[in-house]
Amino acid sequence: MKKILAVDDSASMRQMVAFTLKKAGYDVQQAKDGVEALDMAQNSRFDLVLSDVNMPNMDGISLIRNLRALPDYKYTPLLMLTTESGLEKKSEGKAAGATGWIVKPFNPDQLIATIGKVLR
Amino acid sequence: MKMDLSQFYQVFFEESFEGLDAMEAELLRLSNDTPDVESINTIFRAAHSIKGGSGTFGFEKIASFTHVVETYLDLVREGKRKLATEQVDLLLRSVDCLRDMLTALSQNQTMDESRAIALKAEFESLLDEPPTANSTETQQLAKPQGSKSSWYITFIPHREILLTGNEPLYMLQELAQLGEVEVVVNTQSLPALDLIDVESCYFSWQIELISDCSESQIKEIFEWVEDDCEINISRQGFQTKDTKTQVTALSSSQVKPADENTQFSIEPSEPTKSETEVDSHTKIRTDKQLAEPATKVQASPTQSTALVGDSLTTDKAKQTSQKIADASSIRVSIDKVDSLINMVGELVITQAMLMQLSESEFDNKVVKRMKQGLAQLEHNTRELQESVMRIRMLPISFVFNRFVRLVRDSSQKLGKKIELVLLGEQTELDKTVMEKISDPMVHLVRNSVDHGIESPQERMAAGKSEIGKITLNAYHQGGNIVIEIIDDGRGLSTEKIRQKAITNGLINATDELTDEQINLLIFEPGFSTAETVSDLSGRGVGMDVVKSNIQALNGAVDVESTPNQGTKFKVRLPLTLAILDGQLVRVGQHIYIIPLVNIIESLQINPTQVSNIGGQLDVLDLRGEYVPIVRLAEVFAHQSDSHSLNEGLLVVVEVDSGKAGIFVDDLLAQQQVVIKSLEANYCKVEGISGATILGDGTVSLIIDVVGLVKVAGIKNLGTGNITIAEHSTSCESL
Repeated sequence: MKKILAVDDSASMRQMVAFTLKKAGYDVQQAKDGVEALDMAQNSRFDLVLSDVNMPNMDGISLIRNLRALPDYKYTPLLMLTTESGLEKKSEGKAAGATGWIVKPFNPDQLIATIGKVLR
Repeated sequence: MKMDLSQFYQVFFEESFEGLDAMEAELLRLSNDTPDVESINTIFRAAHSIKGGSGTFGFEKIASFTHVVETYLDLVREGKRKLATEQVDLLLRSVDCLRDMLTALSQNQTMDESRAIALKAEFESLLDEPPTANSTETQQLAKPQGSKSSWYITFIPHREILLTGNEPLYMLQELAQLGEVEVVVNTQSLPALDLIDVESCYFSWQIELISDCSESQIKEIFEWVEDDCEINISRQGFQTKDTKTQVTALSSSQVKPADENTQFSIEPSEPTKSETEVDSHTKIRTDKQLAEPATKVQASPTQSTALVGDSLTTDKAKQTSQKIADASSIRVSIDKVDSLINMVGELVITQAMLMQLSESEFDNKVVKRMKQGLAQLEHNTRELQESVMRIRMLPISFVFNRFVRLVRDSSQKLGKKIELVLLGEQTELDKTVMEKISDPMVHLVRNSVDHGIESPQERMAAGKSEIGKITLNAYHQGGNIVIEIIDDGRGLSTEKIRQKAITNGLINATDELTDEQINLLIFEPGFSTAETVSDLSGRGVGMDVVKSNIQALNGAVDVESTPNQGTKFKVRLPLTLAILDGQLVRVGQHIYIIPLVNIIESLQINPTQVSNIGGQLDVLDLRGEYVPIVRLAEVFAHQSDSHSLNEGLLVVVEVDSGKAGIFVDDLLAQQQVVIKSLEANYCKVEGISGATILGDGTVSLIIDVVGLVKVAGIKNLGTGNITIAEHSTSCESL
């Protein structure tokens, strides 16, 4: 089963994402900020990381930059959740090593479809 | 996949309310100091999360309003807009508005949009950008293409494309889903085996796609790699060269047309400041988040409602509605839940042990072990009870933090300068008590702001600092929590109070009272010192309501005042409403419980010290103080064993800062009792605050001493002017 790490400081978003992905047959773990996510990612391998951008302690862009620098996450799809107004965030995220992005708000079907673009 | 998102609503509401609280707290901090980056980030994040969540869960109205708020905050974050007092005010009003909208939403009520629309307009004028600047230039791309056509796609990825986590193969597969494809791979750039860098992509592809799809659908597949490849898409001789700009435009076309998305030219902000410096607030939040979601415990606020009289009418509508939303669940830290689980584990073990013993043959040895087991069970039960109580305990900061806003707003309105100091915010008390104390406290704090603290001019004239100070202090004392509301204002005017009390007939002009006694008169029904009814306090709700509310919680309120130096209100409350330390008393066949906190002393009456007033009321001369005697048997119409006063015992209780004696046949044990609501199971009975079940299974009623004295018809206790009403009625329902 493919393992996904969902990172968001908002519990409702995190739960929604986790619930959706679990239903779609993924093994999902959750982290509430970049620091926790980085720690979890170092302790076990994930096939995909899905992270919010605005978070306390460590934001999503920094998380992606840090993850991409790890040998284990060199090719791993790293997706970010951004808002529609965050156009500049996308390029910033890409520069940090993000694979792609999902635009908020999204519905469960969109989420699964997007994940499917890079995780098979 | 059809999925019901409503299961996440509750979490969303809770975290949104929390986010709004955080926003409010940070905004209030901002107004005092210069804006600090971390505060603005916290405010922004809260708005951002609410927007994201409400959008996802389909709360469009909230999403579109928060969107403007967020856009403005984003500009503030980048230093492009200022955050002066007016903007902080605007944001605070938005917080209020959002809170009301969310409350309405969470209770399935229709929300009032007019405020949000007005506020939105205010933000939009600050953004000086017409709200209709929709990204129309992208619309053409989304046009459907109609009938089938052949697409020729050249896809030449950069070598390092794999390092972005993207996989060209998946993109080709995705293309194949759009229609019939013919893919030609170009391996020309593939070097000799020994020169191959395994991390590079050497291939490029030419794809012919026959499909009725639109160009945007094809571009969407390559959206994430637009900067990492060269791509050419053409259709039957019609070629688009400048793919790059169009793909960029495409990504913005994903924006729902319904959303009023104002496009701003925002330069890439520098990476969010390193957040090593975490303020205490954030920490608290983090802790709380750790505790969820497994630790959501449903609180049952109904249990103790019977104890509470009518709540204050001030701001009632607003606050009660908020409370309903709050009361549904509480957040509990993991360690409290862990200890609870631990306790239950031990309880199960003990139960298993006792069960095993009960199945074996009874002999002395077994009986002994059984006794040990029962002792263990008692121990387990007590610990379990303590742990459960701890779950209901919350720091008083939940109530205190509300006052920051209240003091700020009301002092602004009155043109006063007031600093609010919070002490002992981490002092814990029962959630139910906390909810019930909130209204009386609002009243007391308002009172301090309104009447206590003087205007800056007046303060200067009195040789005091221009800025008044209100201190809220909380601490534990025994089984009680003490909350103090201290102001350094003008203090109570004993002369004014006295005059007013005489006018209102509370005291006689000839009565000699100490200053302390005079100050206590403000708590008497029908007393209000406010000369003019102001917007803040004096809405017809007097301090007597505050007092009766606090007494309904088995608490007490006291006032100390020094002219020109200030006033101190001291509220004393039990830590919990679920359990009470009680004194069991007997009248004839019946056992009643008197809360221990009310009892001053118990004594045997010396009949020579008893005198009778007007043939109705007996009073006892207790060391120079006259204490009215209430015969419990008479009030509740029971058959008493004691024919004369020297046969029974007198329990002296504190009532309205005066004393009363409750005459009973006998004193029994003192014990902790679990309070059961009478209101929930029967109806409210004057003089009774609840019921409990005793060890032998009988139901015993808990006496509300204030109510009891009222039922007995005794008035003006504590003023040295005790009177008795026409006829003391016994409780009908008993």
